[in-house]
Amino acid sequence: MNTTSMPRPANRLVLVACAAVLGLLLSACGAEPQATAPSPSPEGSANGGVITVLAAASLTEAFTQIGKEFEAKNPGSKVTFSFGSSATLATQIVQGAPADVFAAASPATMKTVTAAGAANTPTDFVANTLEIAVPKGNPHKIIGLKDFGDESRRIALCAPQVPCGAASIKVFAEAKIVPKPDTLEQDVKATLQKVASDEVDAALVYKTDVIAAGDQVDGIEFPEAQLAINTYPIATLKDSKNPALAQAFVDYVLSSEGQGVLAKAGFANT
Amino acid sequence: MKRATRTRANGRPWQSRTPLLLAAPAAVALLFLVLPLVGLVIRAPWTDAAAVLSSAGALQALKLSMITATIAVIIVLLIGVPLAWVLARPGLRGASLLRALITIPLVLPPVVGGVALFTVLGRSGLLGRPLYQLTGFAFPFTPYAVVLAQVFVALPFLVLSVEGALRAADRRYEEAASTLGARPVTVFRRITLPLIGPGIAAGAVLAWARALGEFGATITFAGSFPGTTRTMPLEVYLALETDPGSALLLSVLLLGVSVAVLALLRERWVSRW
Repeated sequence: MNTTSMPRPANRLVLVACAAVLGLLLSACGAEPQATAPSPSPEGSANGGVITVLAAASLTEAFTQIGKEFEAKNPGSKVTFSFGSSATLATQIVQGAPADVFAAASPATMKTVTAAGAANTPTDFVANTLEIAVPKGNPHKIIGLKDFGDESRRIALCAPQVPCGAASIKVFAEAKIVPKPDTLEQDVKATLQKVASDEVDAALVYKTDVIAAGDQVDGIEFPEAQLAINTYPIATLKDSKNPALAQAFVDYVLSSEGQGVLAKAGFANT
Repeated sequence: MKRATRTRANGRPWQSRTPLLLAAPAAVALLFLVLPLVGLVIRAPWTDAAAVLSSAGALQALKLSMITATIAVIIVLLIGVPLAWVLARPGLRGASLLRALITIPLVLPPVVGGVALFTVLGRSGLLGRPLYQLTGFAFPFTPYAVVLAQVFVALPFLVLSVEGALRAADRRYEEAASTLGARPVTVFRRITLPLIGPGIAAGAVLAWARALGEFGATITFAGSFPGTTRTMPLEVYLALETDPGSALLLSVLLLGVSVAVLALLRERWVSRW
């Protein structure tokens, strides 16, 4: 005898709806941003203490280095980083993510946080310019910004909604070129990844990202980049459990040691 | 036994009261699923709804999502049902290994799935490179890439639920048909398919929902361009960057449309079984 009985129609509607909801929820797992704010460690009230720094994805390499140096200079202290899209991080801070310092890739994203009253007065600490990124060895023979207007090229740009995309729009407007992108990526690292895997002929990313990518991509400078310089603001957060250490970290970033690390990563002084 | 007879006397056949031990966790599970949706609906800025929901970007993304997810499910059905049939054959060697392989897309973070698709079907991928060199065509940044990403993540849902249905189905009908002289294909078409119809329908619904919500593999493998590869979930994620309110509205729209479609399908199609 067949033991499985068919559910009644009403039950089946519920089943179908639940199945749909389940599917959507499962897929939403993929949408979770890479950077989830780590919760502060409980033993953070010791001598140096623990701080959490939320920083723009483009700062990943430089800030990791600065964090190590800062910990060495301040025994007993521990700096935890969470890198991601500035806008995503700003949203997390406004939503109450436990963090002590925020370093954004654009004044606009910092403004979301200060407007919500979640950050103290920000300071601009570096500037970043755009550069053309091409796969290693420039196999598709990109010469300059003009190639971005060529329909037959495969081009990746940042979406206009994120800082690198806003800067790109400014550059193209100044250069009077109408770009023909094949994809508008969510953040600059995703844009760069499309170049590194040779899926696009060229992309417009930050100079620092080209340097960070090392051997995977080559960079081509172009004169119009000077017309869209992007400044990075940094600020301590109002909800910080360790404001003294947070301020010390910001001071270190602004110091000549911190600025030296940032310069090596390709950032310009403000 | 006693309780069953009593409730039967109450006029409710064989239906005992749900024991608290089951009802409580069931309620927790239901709340856990439903409350975030309630939050979504409450928090969405409904005064902006008309503008956001009728914006070109939203409608374009919704249309692309519906079309690609539907095509993806058709492909999933065409290749998934036969795979499930093979998997459910009694005495298949290495079935457990095969089953583990099929669940890989479920375990894999979708973004990793997208990277994996690159390595095979990208412009410099294993199969993608010869294809590109021969024809100049590459999957990434085309709607085909969106469909491929959706098929990749949705296929296991269909295969596993159809396989379950096949295992639960009574094999003796197939055996009887065979002994009466029906060829294997005829047995599959006339006996097996109708038997496992509800399982296929449930699997297709799951696969469609999963394809519709697919995000990670799509944004990695297909990129994000309005009208070509930017599906609803990608549109929602991008909206989060600038306007979280409209992201909520778009999510509600996607949910509303998908539930409506599934309800309609049930009326038209699923209830036939």
